Amino acid sequence: MKVGALKEIKPGEARVALTPDSAAQLQKLGHECFVQSGAGDLAGFNDATYEAAGVTVVADAQALVDAADIVIKVREPELDEVKRLKKGQTLISFFWPAQNEAMLEAAKDTGATVIAMDMVPRISRAQKMDALSSMANIAGYRAVIEAGNNFGRFFTGQVTAAGKIPPARVLVVGAGVAGLAAIGTSTSLGAITMAFDVRPEVAEQIESMGAEFVFLEFDEPAQDGAATGGYAAPSSPEFREKQLEKFRELAPDVDIVITTALIPGRPAPKLWTEDMVKMMKPGSVIVDLAAEKGGNCDLTVMDERVVTDNGVIIVGYTDFPSRMATQSSTLYATNIRHMLTDLTPDKDGVIKHNMEDDVIRGATVTHEGAITFPPPPPKVAAIAAKPKEKVKEPTPEEKRAAEVAAFKAQTKQQVILLSVAAVLLLAVGMVAPASFMQHFIVFVLSVFIGFQVIWNVAHSLHTPLMAVTNAISSIIILGALIQVGSSSLLITILAAAGIFMASINIFGGFLVTRRMLAMFQKS
Amino acid sequence: MEYGFTIATYVVAAVLFILSLGGLSGQESAKRAVWYGIVGMALAVVGTLVGPGQGLWVASLVLIALGAGVGYQLATKVQMTQMPELVAIMHSLVGLAAVFVGVNADLMINSIAGIYQEAGLVMGAVGPDGYTAIGLPKEIYDGLSSFGQLIAKKSSVEITILQVELVLGIWIGAVTFTGSVIAYGKLAGKVDTSAKQLPGGHILNAAAAIASLVLMFAYLSGMGSWTLVLLTLLALFIGYHLIMGIGGADMPVVVSMLNSYSGWAAAAIGFSLGNDLLIVVGALVGSSGAILSYIMCKAMNRSFISVILGGFGGAKGEQMAVEGEQVAIDAGGVANALNEADSIIIVPGYGMAVAQAQQTVAELTRKLRAKGKEVRFAIHPVAGRLPGHMNVLLAEAKVPYDIVMEMDEINDDFPDTDVVIVIGSNDIVNPAAQDDPNSPIAGMPVLEVWKAKQVFVSKRGQGTGYSGIENPLFYKDNTRMFYGDAKASFDQLLPLID
Repeated sequence: MKVGALKEIKPGEARVALTPDSAAQLQKLGHECFVQSGAGDLAGFNDATYEAAGVTVVADAQALVDAADIVIKVREPELDEVKRLKKGQTLISFFWPAQNEAMLEAAKDTGATVIAMDMVPRISRAQKMDALSSMANIAGYRAVIEAGNNFGRFFTGQVTAAGKIPPARVLVVGAGVAGLAAIGTSTSLGAITMAFDVRPEVAEQIESMGAEFVFLEFDEPAQDGAATGGYAAPSSPEFREKQLEKFRELAPDVDIVITTALIPGRPAPKLWTEDMVKMMKPGSVIVDLAAEKGGNCDLTVMDERVVTDNGVIIVGYTDFPSRMATQSSTLYATNIRHMLTDLTPDKDGVIKHNMEDDVIRGATVTHEGAITFPPPPPKVAAIAAKPKEKVKEPTPEEKRAAEVAAFKAQTKQQVILLSVAAVLLLAVGMVAPASFMQHFIVFVLSVFIGFQVIWNVAHSLHTPLMAVTNAISSIIILGALIQVGSSSLLITILAAAGIFMASINIFGGFLVTRRMLAMFQKS
Repeated sequence: MEYGFTIATYVVAAVLFILSLGGLSGQESAKRAVWYGIVGMALAVVGTLVGPGQGLWVASLVLIALGAGVGYQLATKVQMTQMPELVAIMHSLVGLAAVFVGVNADLMINSIAGIYQEAGLVMGAVGPDGYTAIGLPKEIYDGLSSFGQLIAKKSSVEITILQVELVLGIWIGAVTFTGSVIAYGKLAGKVDTSAKQLPGGHILNAAAAIASLVLMFAYLSGMGSWTLVLLTLLALFIGYHLIMGIGGADMPVVVSMLNSYSGWAAAAIGFSLGNDLLIVVGALVGSSGAILSYIMCKAMNRSFISVILGGFGGAKGEQMAVEGEQVAIDAGGVANALNEADSIIIVPGYGMAVAQAQQTVAELTRKLRAKGKEVRFAIHPVAGRLPGHMNVLLAEAKVPYDIVMEMDEINDDFPDTDVVIVIGSNDIVNPAAQDDPNSPIAGMPVLEVWKAKQVFVSKRGQGTGYSGIENPLFYKDNTRMFYGDAKASFDQLLPLID
C-alpha cells in the first residue's frame, strides 16, 4: 500500500507524521512511502533526507492524497483536507471525534476510513501506539523548560562564594504522563518538587520520580483510576474545596506551578484561582498545560504568555510538542508506524482492517461509510492493578489458641502412640522368654536413640550418612567371626565368605565417607 | 574374664557408633565423627577375635585384609557421580552376609540337634522349673564352639524364637541382596531404568510374601531346612521383582529403604546370635534408613507405599492446560543476564550429574563470585539419585558448602533473586505442584524458582520430566530455555562471563 504524509496546514504546527527512519520501517512492512514537499522542514527533515530514505516527494497536498492509499498526518484534519479523501482511503491522525462531530460527518460522507490516534485504547498492548502519551511526555518536559526560561533563578540550590541560592520549589498538579514527565525533569534539574493528584494510587509513582506527594486528608471513597481508563474523573464540590484550600496553603511558597489536570471530554477544572496567583511571589511562573481546554488557572490566556500585575508569569501555550518538533515527530511517526504494523499483520504491504481487534476497533471512528464512534468498551480492561486483598494477620490470641491446639493434638498423638507401643511390648513380654526380652530392650532403646540422632543429621550430609551406616551395618562381620571357628566345613566356608564381604564393606564404606567429607570445604 | 572384655569392647563400640552418626549434624564435626566409627569397628572386631571360641583368627585376619584391599580399591576409584551405585552394591554385600550368617545358624541348630540325638537327649527339653534348658552333659558341651554352646543351652521356646529371628534375618537379607543388585544395575545404567514388572505385577510379590510366611511356619514346625532354602529363593525373587518395578527417579527412596533393610537384617541376626552390638548397630542403621526414606517421600509428597508400588498415582481430574510457548535463548543471552545480575541461584538436578557438568558449574560459580555477585545453590531433597547426592557432587567440584542451601533455607529468597539457573531438574521446580490441584505431583514441595526475576533452564530438549508431567515453568514469561547438553552449554557460557 502507499502511505503518504501530509504537510500540516495549521500555522505554527511543526510536526510531521513520517520521518526517514519510520519510512524505512514502513518499507520493511511492504508499504511504499510518500511525503508532501516541505512537510518535514520545520521538524528538521528536509525533502532530500526523505528521498535518501526512499520516500517519494510529492509537490502538493492534492497530489499526495491522489497518490496515497493511506494518508497520515498529525493534527486533526480541516474540512478541506477531509473533502479530498476518497472511498477506500484511510486517514490516520489525531481526530478528537467527540469534539468534532461535523468533521466526523464529513469524513463519513467521503466513505473513507478514519483512525484517530487519540482514540487508541489505554491497554498495555497498545502502549506502543499511544500518541497521546508520547506527546504528553514531551509536553511535560517542555513545560519545565518553558518555566525555567521564564523563571529568573536557578532550579537547584547552590552555595557559592557570592552567596547562597535557595532551590526552586515546583508544584505539579495532575500526575498523568505529562505530570510525571514534568516531575522527572524538574527533580533532575534539582528543584524541590511537590505533586498532587486526585487519584491516591499514583502516590507511589510520584514518589518513585523523586517528588513529594501532596497528601489530602479526605474521607471519600478513593477514585479508582482503572475504572475510567486511567484518567481522572470529576470530583465532588467538597473535595474540590478541600483541594483548593491545600493549594492556597502552598501558593505563597511555590516558585513554579505546572498544571496538567484534564478530565476527558470536559473543560479543564479550575484549580489555580486568581487569589492564589495573587499570593504568589513576583517572578513566579505558572505553566498551564491545560490551556487548550480552558486552562487550570483562572488567568490563563490560550497560546499566550501573560504577566499579572503582581509579576507572575502565566504561560498558556498549547503547542509544547510542536516546539520540540524533531523529538515529537520521531515519537509520533513511531506511534503511526506501530499502528500500521498492527494493520499489516502479514508484513506484505496489504492492510487488513480487523474490526475484531480491540485496538484497531477502538481507534477507528469511521469505516466503510459509517460512523463507528464511540467504540464498545474494550474486552481487555484494567490499567492499574487492583489493590491486593490483605491476608488477615491472626491476632495474638488466635495465634496462641492455634499453638495450644497444635500442642494438644501433638500430645494426644504422642500419648496414643506410646500407649499402643507399650501395649504391644507388654504383649510380647507375656509370651517371650526373659533372655529374648533382655535383647529386646537393647533393640528398642537403640531404635529410639537412632531416631533421635538421625533427625539432627544435616541434609547435605545424607550421602555420607548412607555410606557410614553402610560401613557400620557390616558389623554383621561379628556373627561371621563367631561362626567361623565351627567344626562344620560348610559353616566355616559360608562364615569366611561373610567375613570377606563384610570387610570389603567396612573398609570401602569408611574410606569413601572420609573421601567425601574431606571434600566439603567452607568458603 | 575374656567374655567380659568382649562385652566391654561392645559397649565402647556402640557408644562410638552413636557418636559417629550424631557427628554428621555438621560438616566439620562429621570429619571427626567418621573416626569414631572406624575406631568403634576396630574395637568390635578385635574384641570378638580375642573372645571365646574364636578358633580361626589368623584365617579371619587374612580374610579381613583381603576384603580391605578390595574395599580400598572400590573407595578410591569411585567417581562421585557413581556414589549411588557404590552405596547400592555395598548394601547387597551386607544383605548377602546376613543370609550366610543366618543359614549358618540353621546349620548349627541342625548339628547341635544331631549331637543331642547321639547323646540320647532331646534338644530344648526344659528342667523342673519349666523354662531353663537341661542342656548337654558338660564334656560334650565343652567340646562345642562358642556359637554351638550358645545354641546348645537354649530351651525349646528359645530355639523357636531363634528360628523366627534367623528366618527374618535371612529373608530381609535376601531381599536386600537382590534389591540392591538391581538398584545398582539401574543406577549404573546396566539395567533398564524404567519401571518393569513381570505379568501379574504386585500380585506376584504378594503371593511370594504369603508363600514365605507359610514356609516360615513350615520351618518352625520342624519340616527341615529345605523350607528355609525355598524361603530364601522366594525372598531373592521379591527383592528382584520389587525394585525392577520402581523407576529411576525413585531411587533415592529405594536406596535409603535398602539401607534401612540392611540394618534390620543385622539386628535380626543379632537377636539370633544373642549379640547386643549387632542389635544396637542394626537398629541404628535401620532407623537411619527409615528416616531417610521418610524424608525423601515427604519431599515428593508421596506415601512410602506408593513409591514402593511404583509409578505415579493417576491424575485426579483434568489438569490445567499450559499456555504460552517455550522461548529459547543462546549462551550470549544467558551471559548478558549473568553479567548484569547481582544475586544468582543455581538449582542442580540429576541432569547435571548425567552430563558431568559440576566442574564447569563450579568454575562458573567461582568466576561470578570473584566479581562480587552472590551465588548460591538450592538443593531439593530428592534432587539426584541418592539423598544428598548433589551436595557431594558440588563438594567434589570444590563449591563451598556454606553457599549450598536446602530448600527450606532458600525458598523465600527467590523473589529477591535476579537470575535462577535450573540445570537438569524438572519436577522439583514445577509450579503445577502448587497451582494445579489435579496435577499428579500436587502438594509436593517445590523450589519456587519462577518467583525470581529471570529463570534459565538448561535442558537437553523439550520433554517432560520423570513423572511425565508438563512443566508450566518452561512457558512462563520470565523463563528462557537454554537447550543443549549441560556441560557443553556451560563450557560455551564460561568464556562469555567477563
